Amino acid sequence: MPGPTPDVDDDTPSDDSDDGVRIDMISGARMDGLTGMEKIRLILDGVRDGNIVILEEGLSPDEESKLIEVTMTEISPDDFTGIEIETYPKAEAGDQSFLDKLMGRESTQKLTVIGPANQIETLHKDENLISTLVSRK
Amino acid sequence: MGLLTNLKDSISRVTDGLFAADEPKRIGIYGPPNAGKTTLANRIARDWTGDAVGPESHIPHETRRARRKENVEIERNGRKVTIDIVDTPGVTTKVDYKEFLDHDMDKDDAVRRSREATEGVAEAMHWLREDVDGVIYVLDSTTDPFTQVNTMLIGIIESQDLPALILANKTDLPGSDVQQIANAFPQHETIPLSALEGDNMDEVYTKIAEYFG
Repeated sequence: MPGPTPDVDDDTPSDDSDDGVRIDMISGARMDGLTGMEKIRLILDGVRDGNIVILEEGLSPDEESKLIEVTMTEISPDDFTGIEIETYPKAEAGDQSFLDKLMGRESTQKLTVIGPANQIETLHKDENLISTLVSRK
Repeated sequence: MGLLTNLKDSISRVTDGLFAADEPKRIGIYGPPNAGKTTLANRIARDWTGDAVGPESHIPHETRRARRKENVEIERNGRKVTIDIVDTPGVTTKVDYKEFLDHDMDKDDAVRRSREATEGVAEAMHWLREDVDGVIYVLDSTTDPFTQVNTMLIGIIESQDLPALILANKTDLPGSDVQQIANAFPQHETIPLSALEGDNMDEVYTKIAEYFG
């Protein structure tokens, strides 16, 4: 069972949306200790507050699938229209051992940017660069 | 504990595959909105059963529920393959009802359509994780395939070890660029077609028999 959803930082003032856009950069170490649903909750809670969430190590394909599914259930008219998500394209190199594949261990280390669909627009993306335009609410 | 569970799951997947060899394979037709998934599903269903799967439309999210056409028997080179076609809603990470207002809908209809679309996408993701045996991934060959949704979906399909056939649809339109799709997903074979015109369906059926038979 997933535990309570952790806040990114309880000490940070949250009502600062008039002044700018908050960016949460979440380390791989921080995400390692969370269950799949806790990760998704952490991301969506931040994005629904209008924040941009940057994950150092991204999500596994299964977690990405669940992120899309949960995002869909939370979309509501005039409130939340979904997410924009960008990662570097996956390296095609065989970076996963046979044992990793057999055991379902996936290599997920890819920086990922997630934001509210109505505030973030991808301008350019390639293997080495993600360029996004972020607007205030 | 996690290691043992994963090992058990892996063995279970292999044995399930062995013992279910004679069952019809559930083949999900996935892709972004407006790629021509329902047109393809209807083309396959009409060619082999005489019936259609569902209505087609240029308006995004016309398909808002996964629809199944069961026991479609495809015969190729003396080999018979029985599949259940699952036509799924176009996958996206965002749905804004305001986009439907451009298609002669009032706000209530647009909101209802967007709500149904979100439920349909969630359902499609669930099908992908739990209920399909293979995937036909349909892309509009006149648009850029290097999108995040395509990258994620192909990654999810690969992580499930599902056989996947990539179809570059709409080759009848000017601006169709099949090679761009082949370049985007070089680890998979890309088959060009026009589901609307029925162009190159022979090769599509041969590949379906090869991949999912």
